Amino acid sequence: MNAMFAIITRDLLLVMRRKSEVLTALFFFVVVTSLFPLGIGADPALLRKIAPGVIWVAALLSTLLGLHRMFAADYQDGTLEQLVLSPQPLVLLVAGKIIAHWLVCGLPLVILAPIIGIQFDLDVDSLYVLMASLLLGTPVLSLLGSIGAALTLGLRGGSVLMSLLILPLYVPVLIFGAGAVYANSVGLNISGHISLLGALLILALAFVPWVSAAAIKIAIE
Amino acid sequence: MTATISPTSSKTALALEARELTCVRGERQLFSGLNLSISAGECLHVRGENGVGKTSLLRILTGLSKPESGEVLWGNQSIAHDTLAYHRDLLFLGHRDALKEDLSAVENLQMYAALDDVVLPLEKALATLWRFGLRGRENLPVHCLSAGQKRRLLMARMVTRQAKLWILDEPFNALDFKAVNALQDLIAEHLADDGLVVLTSHQMVSLPNVRVIEL
Repeated sequence: MNAMFAIITRDLLLVMRRKSEVLTALFFFVVVTSLFPLGIGADPALLRKIAPGVIWVAALLSTLLGLHRMFAADYQDGTLEQLVLSPQPLVLLVAGKIIAHWLVCGLPLVILAPIIGIQFDLDVDSLYVLMASLLLGTPVLSLLGSIGAALTLGLRGGSVLMSLLILPLYVPVLIFGAGAVYANSVGLNISGHISLLGALLILALAFVPWVSAAAIKIAIE
Repeated sequence: MTATISPTSSKTALALEARELTCVRGERQLFSGLNLSISAGECLHVRGENGVGKTSLLRILTGLSKPESGEVLWGNQSIAHDTLAYHRDLLFLGHRDALKEDLSAVENLQMYAALDDVVLPLEKALATLWRFGLRGRENLPVHCLSAGQKRRLLMARMVTRQAKLWILDEPFNALDFKAVNALQDLIAEHLADDGLVVLTSHQMVSLPNVRVIEL
């Protein structure tokens, strides 16, 4: 467990030393979601209707932007070999890296979402649902993304291939995430959507670190 | 292609042994039927031309790559049997320095100590860095260090890691005359302390208990 915290603090420290890469992804999220209301114009009813989809798609794409960084730097400078050879289970270290990625790329989206939501004239209730759906959904994005990042290690043009691999897996998260906010806005019960997102998160937590660790071992060999 | 060395390896449990290793890279067979064994206090110097499979052999010994056939034993047990226990005893330094360029020398050492489950107080980390001539550069980001200074930082890691078996790929690269001697002393010290060393190098090394294997 100590090793997992060590890798989380190391990754966060590295991000603090090189902020620009992470800020690019966040900036992308803010810019895309802010351009939609400007481009569509002042039609509150329409904005409210498209808000969940636009915010969720932007969150998904901005996560994708930062994904290739998850293992690539460690792979290039040989640190990943040392992680594989460390006397700690690789699964723990991979889980640590995924958590660090979510803290940097996922959590800020959850925190920014209410501010973005105001631009789409969402009411307070919808903002809460939006935050809840992002809070459950963005960890799934980081987890599933780690599989793609690990599988495409060392490949030329790996990020395009990674998008192709990962985007189909992201679709259920997008559907239930955006669906929850939409259902709330038309007065339906949202517990179904939220439960399904929670189930996706639990499933991903249970399996993905092992899959990614196996993919890393293959890439190292 | 075959080298069987050290007939006295059965004396102690701390022995690295490889049986009938075959390594294939792509279409080419690099070596086959390779046997080797070293026990505590011995050093194995792997030599050979470029591309003959020295690094591949070292990676097989660490368990990073799987051999086409054959097995590697640590203390009479296959390394695949208890990987974590083997990793606890193992230090591998490859071609790439595996240092984080944005972190300082001390931070790199402490990060590895945490990952390797070794207790390393700050004073000890600093003292080790000073021992290898990095006084005054402890808090510089590693990308400000020269290639030789990075290797010195790796020497500090070798000491703080407290591993029994060192597998070193070209450890003498980029080192000046003084640092080569320092590294040789360090390896000799490790051997005297009943450690095991496997290394590749194109230079002649002057170490006690060296066995040479030509690939």
